[in-house]
Amino acid sequence: MTVVVIGVGNRLRGDDAAGPAVAERVRARAPHSVDVRICEQEPSRLLDALAGADVAFIVDAVSTGAAPGTLHRFDASAEAVPSRELRSSTHALGVGESLELARALGRLPGKTVVFGIEGSDFLAGGRLSRAVEEGVERAAASVLEEVELCTSEP
Amino acid sequence: MSSTRRTIQTDYLARVEGEGAMTVRLVDGHVEDVELRIFEPPRFFEAMLRGRSFREAPDITARICGICPVAYQTSAVNAMEDVCGVEVPEPIRMLRRLLYCGEWIESHALHVYMLHAPDFLGYDGAVQMAREHPREVERGLALKKTGNELMALVGGREIHPINVRVGGFYRAPTRAELRTLVDPLERARTAALETVRWTSSFEFPEREVDCELVALSEPQAYAIEDGTIVSDRALDIGPAEYDEQFTEEHVARSNALHSRRTDGTTYLCGPLARYTLGADRLSQTARDAAHDAGLGDDCRDAFRSIIVRSVELVYACDEALRLIGAYEEPERAAVEVEPQAGTGYGVSEAPRGLLYHRYRLDADGTIRDAKIVPPTSQNQLAIEDDLRGVVSSYADLPDDELRDLCEQTIRNYDPCISCATHFLTFEVERR
Repeated sequence: MTVVVIGVGNRLRGDDAAGPAVAERVRARAPHSVDVRICEQEPSRLLDALAGADVAFIVDAVSTGAAPGTLHRFDASAEAVPSRELRSSTHALGVGESLELARALGRLPGKTVVFGIEGSDFLAGGRLSRAVEEGVERAAASVLEEVELCTSEP
Repeated sequence: MSSTRRTIQTDYLARVEGEGAMTVRLVDGHVEDVELRIFEPPRFFEAMLRGRSFREAPDITARICGICPVAYQTSAVNAMEDVCGVEVPEPIRMLRRLLYCGEWIESHALHVYMLHAPDFLGYDGAVQMAREHPREVERGLALKKTGNELMALVGGREIHPINVRVGGFYRAPTRAELRTLVDPLERARTAALETVRWTSSFEFPEREVDCELVALSEPQAYAIEDGTIVSDRALDIGPAEYDEQFTEEHVARSNALHSRRTDGTTYLCGPLARYTLGADRLSQTARDAAHDAGLGDDCRDAFRSIIVRSVELVYACDEALRLIGAYEEPERAAVEVEPQAGTGYGVSEAPRGLLYHRYRLDADGTIRDAKIVPPTSQNQLAIEDDLRGVVSSYADLPDDELRDLCEQTIRNYDPCISCATHFLTFEVERR
């Protein structure tokens, strides 16, 4: 079973770095067989990162109005990804749109889960805010737990 | 007599790069005002550059945009080499052009397929279009991927390439490495030719822009990585004269600066200007494709810019193949550049149009002053003018149809608002 974990975001824009930060934590702790990637900016590249995967975990910063650091989980295999919440990075195609594009083209892995970490400050040059840093820790733990579940299955 | 006012509003304008807002005010069916507002806080890149070494400019400015980092790097190195009196050898310049072709392929494929085509085929976006036109969308993604691969190979990685330096590159690719791109680029050229046939079959409203068209020009080639600044109204200047001919002003409603000619008039740069001023220097394949698509020697129709971008896709693939075929590994990947005090000017053709950089350096190479004028700032007035014309011509349309047409008008110019500073809300007010 091919499992891919993709952190989306721009590391130089404050809380937008949440996705890559989770990917780095997962990379350090997940089995080597798990393909961990970072997708900085322009999320339509996600489609290439999804190629050949059976299971995909995608982590991105979101902006829904919830408390900073709040962890959201969307099961993209079961329902459409809310594209407005996942366009905090404002690039041409958002994460939600890219995943829906993958679905329309029959390229969405059988199991696709999106973790969204609520961000508050996306200013250029900023660092992860403390609340989001804690959200990153929780998100990494959740991803690892789910990775463990699907890699331990026969 | 009371006047009638109507207000139409959407939360944001989709399928443009960045964040901003558009308001159109109509009084009794006449356009009172059109505003393009840009929200994102000014990005302070020019201030950030002050005090940094001239060698850091290509890597810092590449961060201004995730779609056209090569444009920022190229204009920056052109300007730094200008200050320091260095001209890079031809093989290095050609390698820059090759890298730039990758950016054109990626950026144009993204805009043509994902952002612009859905307008002509009546879809809300690429996702809806993909359900009914999966073959075309896959073709666009494949094209874009080839652009990415070219950028990754020559630039060191796909976005924010790390291999570009003042004086050349940190490492020049080998011939064998570049040859791996021949097959993908040949397939991409075929896909680009199909793209021209596809986009030229769309239906287009008849609308022409009547402002001055400004682009870079080179004697022998379709200008990409450098050139002189020319227009269809007899402008012909070097980059150093840019500030005498063009001016920027801050408009209260927007965080982006608006450019105009110093005589106050509006101008447009980008694919329409490049094609109109340089179509004769396209490759034969690209010229034939343009001809078969019904494009003449010039194109002032912003809606048909999607065909021009498709033709430029053909050209970028063709040119990349030519450059790879002629490639000789340079003896050294870069020439040494010693800093000099002075002011330097650099230009190049970003996918969206002319990108101007100016830097003033100390004798030790410290940047004292920086000025960067991205294509979207330069095109903002022309976009507003065109929008005003569209609203006047189609004022009788119901609000939602008028809004769709206005959004499409904006997308015709592929504005990269994140470059100009970032998201677009759209509002029509009728009184």
